[in-house]
Amino acid sequence: MLYFPRWQVVLILLVVFAGFLAVIPNFLSKDMLARWPSFLPKNQMVLGLDLQGGAYLLYEVDRNEYVQKRLRDLTSDVRKTLLDNPRIGYTGLGVQGETVQLRLRDLSQIADARARLEKLRNPLNASLLSAGSVYEFDLTVGDDGLVRYAYNSAGLTQRMRQIVTQSIHVIDRRINDLGTTEPSIQQQGDNRILVEAPGLGDPQRLKDLVGQTAQLEFHMVQDEITADQAKASPPKPGTTRIPDQTNPNIIYEVDESALMTGEDLADAQTGFDQQTSEPVVNFRLTTGGGRKFGEVTAKNVGRPFAIVLDNVVISAPVIRQAILGGSGQISGSFTVESANNLAILLRAGSLPAKLTIVEERTVGASLGADSIHAGIMASIVATAGIAIFMIVCYGLLGFFADLALVANNFLMIGILTTLGATLTLPGIAGIVLTMGMAVDANVLIYERMREEAHAGRSTIAALDTGFRRAFATIIDSHLTALIAAIALFELGSGPIRGFAVTLAIGIISTLFTAYLVTRLIVSGWVRWARPKVVPL
Amino acid sequence: MSYFKIPLRIVPDNTTLPFMDWARIRTPISLVLIVISFVLFFTVGVNEGIDFKGGSSIEVHSVNGPADMGKLRSIVDGLGLGDVQIQNIGNENDVLIRVATQPGGEDAQQAVVTKVRAALGGGDYEFRSVEVVGPRVSGELARTGTLAVIFTMAGIMIYIWFRFEWQFGVAAVATLVHDAILTVGFFAATQIDFNLTSLAAILTIIGYSLNDTVVIFDRIREILRRYKQMPVRDIIDLATNQTLARTIMTSLTLELALVSLYFFGGPVVRSFTAAMIWGIFVATASSIFIGGPILVYFNIRPRPEKAKPEKSAADTADTTAAGA
Repeated sequence: MLYFPRWQVVLILLVVFAGFLAVIPNFLSKDMLARWPSFLPKNQMVLGLDLQGGAYLLYEVDRNEYVQKRLRDLTSDVRKTLLDNPRIGYTGLGVQGETVQLRLRDLSQIADARARLEKLRNPLNASLLSAGSVYEFDLTVGDDGLVRYAYNSAGLTQRMRQIVTQSIHVIDRRINDLGTTEPSIQQQGDNRILVEAPGLGDPQRLKDLVGQTAQLEFHMVQDEITADQAKASPPKPGTTRIPDQTNPNIIYEVDESALMTGEDLADAQTGFDQQTSEPVVNFRLTTGGGRKFGEVTAKNVGRPFAIVLDNVVISAPVIRQAILGGSGQISGSFTVESANNLAILLRAGSLPAKLTIVEERTVGASLGADSIHAGIMASIVATAGIAIFMIVCYGLLGFFADLALVANNFLMIGILTTLGATLTLPGIAGIVLTMGMAVDANVLIYERMREEAHAGRSTIAALDTGFRRAFATIIDSHLTALIAAIALFELGSGPIRGFAVTLAIGIISTLFTAYLVTRLIVSGWVRWARPKVVPL
Repeated sequence: MSYFKIPLRIVPDNTTLPFMDWARIRTPISLVLIVISFVLFFTVGVNEGIDFKGGSSIEVHSVNGPADMGKLRSIVDGLGLGDVQIQNIGNENDVLIRVATQPGGEDAQQAVVTKVRAALGGGDYEFRSVEVVGPRVSGELARTGTLAVIFTMAGIMIYIWFRFEWQFGVAAVATLVHDAILTVGFFAATQIDFNLTSLAAILTIIGYSLNDTVVIFDRIREILRRYKQMPVRDIIDLATNQTLARTIMTSLTLELALVSLYFFGGPVVRSFTAAMIWGIFVATASSIFIGGPILVYFNIRPRPEKAKPEKSAADTADTTAAGA
C-alpha cells in the first residue's frame, strides 16, 4: 500500500496542481485575468444571488386565465364563422367551464357546420417524432345538433410549452432592451419561468417589465359611460366595456374586435409632446398595419378610438383626420420612466399569456457583502481550528492530514470553478462542513494504524494495514454521505442546491486527497525518515 | 526525530466501556427525548417559515441608528395585512417583518411587498432582503421536502441492505429516524424557523449519522466474521469501543467547523448551524448507544448460538491481538 509507481506519483501531483491552477483565477482582478496566459484555466466562480445581491423571481403561466381567454376568443371566432354566408343558425353559444358549447337550429346543416367548425380546432405544430398533429381543441358534433369544443389535454400541454418558450423570448428582448443587468431566464418545470437578476436592490422595475402582458389594442369607441351606468345595463352585443386608466368612474364601451394590435407595430420610442412637453410614446406601424390604420381613420374622422393596454384604456383620442403616414403617438399621463417602459414593452412584443409571480427572493447588496465576509471568516476559523486540532491529536501525521486538507480545498474549489458552479452562502457552509468530513478519512486511517501498531505489527506493516483496512470503511461512509447529498440536490432550489453540490464534490475530492494524497505523503516520509515507531 | 511528540489522546486507548449494559439508562433517556419531541411537535409545533407556510418575510435595516420598533409596528399594522410579526435580528438596526399568506391567490402576496416598500420607503430603511413565497410554491416545497426525506431514508436502507445484511439496514434506519425526530424536537423547542434550510440540515444530519453508524457496523461485521464463537453482545461492545476514538474525533472536528460557522458565519446560516450542532451531537450519541446495541435484537449471526450473558470486556486486547 505504501509503494507508488512513478506514474502514479506524477498523476496525483498533476491532479492537485491542476486543482491549484483552476483556483487561481478566482483571486485575480479582471485586468490580471486579461493578461493571464490563454492555455491556463480562466473560469471564475460565480457568486450566487445571496452573496452578490439580486432578485430571484419565479413566474408561472396563468393557465386558467389563458384557457378562459382562449375560450372567449374561440366563441367569437365561432360566431363569425357561423354568421358567414350562408348563415348557419344556432342558439346558446357560450363558455361552459372549460368548453365552448352551442346548439344548431337546423339539423340539416350539421355536415356544413362540422366542416366549418373543424377549421377552428387550431392544429399545433407537432414535434417531428410524434405521428399526426395535435389539435388544441377536440370537437364533438352530436346528432341532436349539440356542438362542443373541449380542451385537448395534450394540446393544452403543448400550448403551455409554446407559451413558456415564447414568453422567455419576449422577456429576454425586454430585459436586453433595459440593458443594465444580465439576468438569466430559464424554464422551470412545465409552466414556470425563473428570472434571476444579479445586483438589483429593488426589482420593481424588472417586475414591471417582465410581468406585464403588454397587450396593446386599438378599439373604436361606441360610447363613454359612468361606472354606475355600466352596472345598470349589460353591454350592447358586439361591444365590450373597458375602464379608464386614471379615472375609474369612466367606462368606455368599445367594439369587441380590435382595429389593430401590438403586432401591427414596427417600432416604439419615447418622446415628448411638442405642445405639453409631457412624455409620450411615438409608434410606427408596419406597412400592412399602416394601410389598415389609414383606411379605418379615414372612415371614422371625428370619432374617438381607445388605446387599450392590458384591458385598461390609456387614452381615447378623437380622430381629427386620416392618419396615413403609419405613425402615431400615445399620450396618457406618463412619467419618463413609465413612457420608457411602455416603449420597451411595445418593442419587445406582448406575452402570450399572463405571468404571475409565485416566488420572489431578493437580497440587497449590503446583506450579500456581509454574508461574503462572514463566510470567509468562518472558513478561516474552521480551517485553522481543524488544522491545529489534527496536529494536536495526531502529531506529524496530523500535519500530513492538514496538507491533504489544503490539497482537498484546491481540488474542491477548482472543480467547482471549472464546472462554473455558483457559490452561495450554504455552499460556503458546505465547504466548511466538508473540511470537517475530509479529515474523517484521515481519522479512520490513523485510528486503524494505532490499533494495528498496538496489536504488535511492525511500523511499516501498521501504516500499510491502516490504509488497507480503512479503505472499505471510507468508501462506505462516503457513499452514504453522497446519497444524502443527492437527495438534497433533488430537494433543493438555488442555495440548497449549492450546498448539495459542494457537499457532493467535496465528498469525492476528499476520497482522493485523504486516501491518495495522504498515502503518498506518508510513503514519502517513510522512505525518507525510516520511522522506528508509528508516531501516534 | 523531529516530528511532534506526544499527540494528545482525547479518547484513551483500549477502552472497554460496557455499552450493552447501559441499556437501562440509555433506553429511557432516548424514549423520554422522543416523547418530549413528539409532545413539543404536536403542542407547540415547529415555527414553520415562509418556505412551507407561504407568506412574506422582509428584512429591513434602519439607516439612522437603532430601529424604532413601536413606530415600525404601527406603520406595518396600519397596512391591514393580518398576522404580522416584527422582531429584531442580529442587532438593533436590523428588523425582520413577517407577514402571513394573504387571502386572494398569488397576486395578493405581491401586493404585500409593494405596500411595505411604499410605507417604509422614505429613506429611513434599507431593504436587505425580501422573500415572498406564494401558496402554490409553499405547498410544493413542503411536498418535495417530505419526499426528499423519504427518498433519502429509502436510498440509505437499500444501500445498507446491499453492503450488509437487512438487519443492519433496519437498525441504521431506526437510528436515523431517532435522530431526525430529536432534531425536529429541537426545532420545536427552540422555535427556530423551520424552512428549506432546516430540512437540508436534517438531511445532512441523517447522512452524517449514517456515516457514523456504518463505521461501527463495518467493525461489527469484521469481528463477527473473525470470531465465530464470541457472543453478539460482546462483539457489539468490542466494535463500539474499538471505533470509539474515531467516532468522537470526527464528531469533534465537525463540531469545530460548525461552531466556527455558528459564530462567524453570519445570521443567515445561524439557524442551520445551530440545528447541525445539535444534530451531530445526537447522531454521535445515537450511533454509539443505539445503532450498534439494537443489533442485538436482530439475529445477525447466520447460525445462531446460545448467547452467553457474561461480560467479556477483558478479552478486548486479546482479540485485537489475535486479529493481527
